[in-house]
Amino acid sequence: MGAFKKSFNRAEPNMPLIIILLVIVAIATALLATGLGPVSVAPGTTAKILLSRIPGIGRYISQTWETLDQNIVLGLRLPRVCLGMIVGASLAVCGVTMQALVRNHLADPFILGVSSGAAAFATLGMLFGAFSFLGAYSLSISAFIGSAITIVFVYVISRVRGRINITQLLLSGVAISMIMDGVTSIIKLSAPNALGLHNAEFWMSGSLAGAKWAYLQLPLVVLLICLAVLMLNYRGLNLLLLGHESAIALGCNVRRLQKLLVLLASLIAGVTIAVSGTIGFVGLMVPHFTRLLVGGDHRKVLPLSALLGAILVVWVDVAARMVIAPEELPVGILTAVIGGPLFIWLLKRNTKEKK
Amino acid sequence: MRLQVENLTFSYGECEAADNVCLHVEAGEFIGLIGPNGSGKSTVLNNIYRALTPDRGTITLDGENLLKMSHKRSALKLAVVGQENDVPFNFLVEEIVAMGRSPHKRLFDIDNAYDKYIVKHALAHLGMEDMAKRNYLNLSGGEKQRVIIARAIAQESDFFILDEPTNHLDISYQMQVFDFIKRLKVTVLSAIHDLNMAALYCDRLYVLKAGRIVLRGTPEEVFTPENIYGVYGVRSSVGKHPITGKTAITFLPAEIKEDSNDR
Repeated sequence: MGAFKKSFNRAEPNMPLIIILLVIVAIATALLATGLGPVSVAPGTTAKILLSRIPGIGRYISQTWETLDQNIVLGLRLPRVCLGMIVGASLAVCGVTMQALVRNHLADPFILGVSSGAAAFATLGMLFGAFSFLGAYSLSISAFIGSAITIVFVYVISRVRGRINITQLLLSGVAISMIMDGVTSIIKLSAPNALGLHNAEFWMSGSLAGAKWAYLQLPLVVLLICLAVLMLNYRGLNLLLLGHESAIALGCNVRRLQKLLVLLASLIAGVTIAVSGTIGFVGLMVPHFTRLLVGGDHRKVLPLSALLGAILVVWVDVAARMVIAPEELPVGILTAVIGGPLFIWLLKRNTKEKK
Repeated sequence: MRLQVENLTFSYGECEAADNVCLHVEAGEFIGLIGPNGSGKSTVLNNIYRALTPDRGTITLDGENLLKMSHKRSALKLAVVGQENDVPFNFLVEEIVAMGRSPHKRLFDIDNAYDKYIVKHALAHLGMEDMAKRNYLNLSGGEKQRVIIARAIAQESDFFILDEPTNHLDISYQMQVFDFIKRLKVTVLSAIHDLNMAALYCDRLYVLKAGRIVLRGTPEEVFTPENIYGVYGVRSSVGKHPITGKTAITFLPAEIKEDSNDR
C-alpha cells in the first residue's frame, strides 16, 4: 500500500510504473471483456484463442475450445473490444486537446456539439454521396469536416474580446448540437434507405455493436499520429492553459498552435464518430480524473488519458451489453448517465471557484 | 538590452488605444508607464510583448526588429509579469515556474538538471522553496504573483515587462514585488497604477493619456500638482520625502480649499 501511495503521489508520480500498471490493466480488460457478454467465454480460453493466432506461438497451442467460442471471440467480441479501446483513447485525447484549446476543463466533443456536427455531416455525406470517390474513407472524411466546422464555429462564437466566455461556450455548444441533431433526424426521416447500416439512433447515442476489423485501421492510425504530434507539443499545450498573453510571452506561437489543435481535435473526433457514433462525456471524465491523479502537465495527462479512456469505454460497453441482456443498450446512453452528473458537479464547482 | 519603440499605433476596431507612442528603455533602467485607467498602458505593453500586433510603428531590441523575431527568440529576451495570473487547471508551483524554461527548449528536449536547478534557484530567490510542491490553485494573490516572478526569473531574460504587477495586492505584497524585482538588477518597463509607487521605484516615467504620451521625464519632473491635475483631474500636494528622498504625492479631497495647496 505504501508503494502504491508513493507511485500515485500527486507531487511526484512515478510515471513509468503507472503506465506499466495501466497497460497491464488494459490487457486484462481486453481478455475479460472479450469473454463477457450474453454468451460467456472464460478468460483462459480467450487468452489461448488469441495466442493461437500469433504467428510462431500459435503452433504450440492445441485447440481445446469449441469453434463457436472461437467465432464469438475473433469475429464478434475482439473487434468490438479493440474498437472500444481505440474510441475510448481517442475521445479522451480529443477532450484533452479541446480543453487546452478553449482553456476550460468542461470542454468535450459531445458537450460542445462537435460529435453532433460530425454525425450530421457524415449522414449528409452518405445521403448525397459526397466524397464517395474516397471509397471506404468517405464517411470519416465527411465526419472530420463536420467536426472541424463545429469546433471553429463554437470557438468563434464563444470568444469575447480575446477570451473564451464559459457561458457562451456551453450555450453555443448546446445550440449547435441541437441544430446538428435536427439535421441528422431530418436526413434519417426523409431518406431512410440511404443510411444503410447506420441509423439515427446510432449517430445520436453511440454504439460499438457493429464493430468489424476493417473499421479499426483508420481510427488507430489517426489516434497514434495525433497523440505523437500532441506529445511533441506538450509544452505548448501547457502554456496555452496559462492564457494567451502568458503563452505568447513564454515563446509559444499561439495562433499556429491553435490551428494545429483544431485540426487534430477534428481529425480524432471525426474518424472516431464515423465508426462509433456519439459517445458523450468520455472526453470530459477521463482527463478530469487523470489530472486529479498526476496534475495538469500534458506530458503525463496525454498518455494516461488515452489508457484510462480505453479501459473505461471497454467496461462501459461490457455493461451496455450485460445490463438488459439479451437486449443491448447503446454505450453512449450509459456514458451519459455516468458522465452527466459529473459534468453538473464540475459546473457547480467551477462557478463556486469564480466567486 | 535597449528597447526602442517608435510611432507605435494600435486600435481596437474604431478607437485608437495607442497613438504614435514613442519610448525607449536603456539597459539597467527602471521605467514606469503611468496614466489613468483605459489610457492604453496595457495596450502598449501588449504590443511590445507581442500579445497584440501594432497597426503601425517599429519596435527594436538592441537594433533588431522585434516583430520579425520568432516567438521563442523574443521570449528569450523579454520576460513578462502580467496582472491576471489565474490558471484554471491543477498545476504545482514548481511546474508553473518550470514553464519559464519553455523558450529555451527545442522540440525533443526534456527538462535537464540545469532546468531543475534554475527553477529551484528562482523559487529560493523569492523565499518560496518550501512551496514548490504546493498546488498553484490554492495560493493567495500575492503568492501567485511571486510564483509568476519566479517564472520570469527562470526564463533568464534580463528585460522584464510588468503590467501593473501589484494590482489587487495588499501594500506589503506591493512593496515586496517591486523590491524583489529591483534586487534582480534587470531592465524594467512597468505599467504602474500607484503614483507614489512609481515615484519610489522608477528612474524615468512616461505618462499616457488617451493613448498618447503626454509627459516624460524623471519622477521629480513629471509629478507637479499642475501635471497631476492635467492628467488625472485631481488636486494634490507634492513634496520631497525626508527619508526616501523621493517625490511624495498627497491627494487633496474636495473639501480642502483651493488656496491651501499652494506651497
